[in-house]
Amino acid sequence: MDDTATENTKVEYSAADKKRIKKATWLSVIPGFGQFYNQQTLKGILFLGLLLLFFIEMVVFGAGAIEGFITLGTTPREDHSLFLLIEGVLQLLIMVVFLIFYGAQILDANKVAKLNALNPKNVNHSAKEIIKNVFDGGFPYLLTVPAYLIMLFTIIFPVVVTLFLAFTNYNFYHIPPATLIDWTGLETFTSIFTLSTYRDTFVSVLSWTVIWTVMATTLQLIIGIFTAVVMNQSFIRGKRFFGVILLLPWAVPAFISILTFSNMFNPSIGAINEQVIPFLNSLIPFVKIPALAWKTNPFWTKVAIILIQGWLGYPYIYVLVTGILQSIPNDWYEAASIDGGTAIQKFRYITLPHIFAVAAPIFVTQYTGNFNNFNMIYLFNEGGPGSVGSGAGSTDILISWIYKLTTGQSPQYNVAAAVTIFISIVVITISMFVFSRSRAFQMED
Amino acid sequence: MTKKNRRKSQKNKRRLTRFFTYLYLTILSVIVIYPLLITLTTAFQSRNIMAFDLSFAGPWTLDNFTRLFTETFYGNWYLNTLKVATTTMVIQVAAITLAGYAYSRYRFTGRKQSLIFFLVVQMVPTIAALTAFYVMGLLVGGLDQHWFLTFIYIGGGIPMNTWLMKGYFDTVPIELDESARLDGAGHLRTFWQIVLPLVRPMIAVQALWAFMAPFGEFMLARFLLRSPANYLVAVGLQTFINNPREQKVALFAAGALLIALPISLMFFYLQKHFVSGLTAGGTKG
Repeated sequence: MDDTATENTKVEYSAADKKRIKKATWLSVIPGFGQFYNQQTLKGILFLGLLLLFFIEMVVFGAGAIEGFITLGTTPREDHSLFLLIEGVLQLLIMVVFLIFYGAQILDANKVAKLNALNPKNVNHSAKEIIKNVFDGGFPYLLTVPAYLIMLFTIIFPVVVTLFLAFTNYNFYHIPPATLIDWTGLETFTSIFTLSTYRDTFVSVLSWTVIWTVMATTLQLIIGIFTAVVMNQSFIRGKRFFGVILLLPWAVPAFISILTFSNMFNPSIGAINEQVIPFLNSLIPFVKIPALAWKTNPFWTKVAIILIQGWLGYPYIYVLVTGILQSIPNDWYEAASIDGGTAIQKFRYITLPHIFAVAAPIFVTQYTGNFNNFNMIYLFNEGGPGSVGSGAGSTDILISWIYKLTTGQSPQYNVAAAVTIFISIVVITISMFVFSRSRAFQMED
Repeated sequence: MTKKNRRKSQKNKRRLTRFFTYLYLTILSVIVIYPLLITLTTAFQSRNIMAFDLSFAGPWTLDNFTRLFTETFYGNWYLNTLKVATTTMVIQVAAITLAGYAYSRYRFTGRKQSLIFFLVVQMVPTIAALTAFYVMGLLVGGLDQHWFLTFIYIGGGIPMNTWLMKGYFDTVPIELDESARLDGAGHLRTFWQIVLPLVRPMIAVQALWAFMAPFGEFMLARFLLRSPANYLVAVGLQTFINNPREQKVALFAAGALLIALPISLMFFYLQKHFVSGLTAGGTKG
């Protein structure tokens, strides 16, 4: 806080001071020298040491890694293109980290020089003081180090590798170490959109992904909101009892429910055809529903998948909306009643707008979640039945198609990587658009 | 219309509302319970199962459970999953608690940028980076190894949960820290003794979520773990029923019950906490 205060207030430095600040900043083009100039010897040695370490790293590992990254190997069986790619990405990340350090130490030299000019006593010169200062200023960074270190290797690194894989020809024709992989530029992307086999599959899978996302999530929202409104009526007895039952689909692990439904929708032994449809037929007069081909007919499989997701996903919405409903002031409804508003009008003009104002960002995460809901698609029927080409089944969404492209008989790793990039861009764009307009985000300013 | 008539019609309307309310809740409850009840009852029946539907015909038995542990790798899967889930939970909760505290309490250079970074990263479907994980696993000898999968699980939950954790820390008044500081407490003591005890409910919720995630994850577990004895429960249970010619639905039901029961109980035990956390986050936006 103090730092920002001194930076924000405009201070007029004398010409000599200005020169000194400039000099300290310029000297730190070689890390450490700016600090030496500021008479922070220990810090200077540390920074110079880091620079040296980086040079040694470049000589021992870095230069070779970069070269390997550019060529991806020259002799099959001797050079393993994938490892070269991985090492190259690792080296790139090391260089990015070094650049961040490099920029930070220039800023540091500049800042310390400014403090020096204001009052030399502000600056810590002794080792003890510096260590204390580093601990104070560095404490928040220290706290975030574990999270960043883990994320670096489990998220950033794989994502960057995937990004690069999309620009190679890594597929079942080119499996290292027997064969080399090469950079192919945008070929993978263009082939998805121009080669008719890929294009047809991509269009077909993408359109079902969109239909699935919209229908399933909207169904979840409708059931969830409706149930919350119904349960919010004060006269209901046994609220606790219903409360527990209605939450069960959330409490039971989703994969168990999906596999259970997968059994139930089995056309020959499943409960739906054996028990539910006969029961409905006996209940409703003049209607005879035949046994349906739930897992062998694409249309009925899709219907089943959407309905099941409604079952799985509504409790979360129900709980969320219940919380919101309780926060709506009763006066609003009373005022509406005095003006002669009907129950439906109250819902339409008070309840619904309020729910959306508060929960819209969470609703969007539900849509993006279903966009990538691998478990629902794969565990119910493994993306089947049938095929729409290039390894995809008729109920495969993009993410389960990626899985099949990677694990199938003739893997297409580069295509899988390109599709991964595509869905990441879609999801990030939509989410950023919504988040940037939501309140939680603006409060961070 | 006379006054009496109007009152009567209002009363009728109210009755109708009640009737349809209870009708709706009953139908929904039946739809919720029906599939779960099928699994529950199938687990305890030893009929030579030719159908997966609701039946109380019996005979009732615990055979399925003994077969589960003697004829299949179920015991291994269960222990594997417990191991992975516990490790994931401990490390992830520690990492997000520290990071969440830093983001809530300190204003440091790069804070806002890195918060946005967390938000963006959390949207990337990292599990889709299958090939990258495969090559990394190949390079470090992590294929078919639980530690490698655990490591990926830990990382996957960090961005989103750090945000949630930060949001919860924000609800603890900062005056508490300041007065502790005035009393001479350092960074560590303020964190450990003053603030941490107050966010215990959220830590419990995060722990439950982190613990449950490996039970439900399928894509990576299926892809990275190759030998049947190393599977986690989700992948293992799926092998019982993914072969159309030999569906072991009774074994599946028994195995599913042993997972669903403890997890559901934990869910309802901690429900109050995360429901309030969810709505607090909801109303805050």
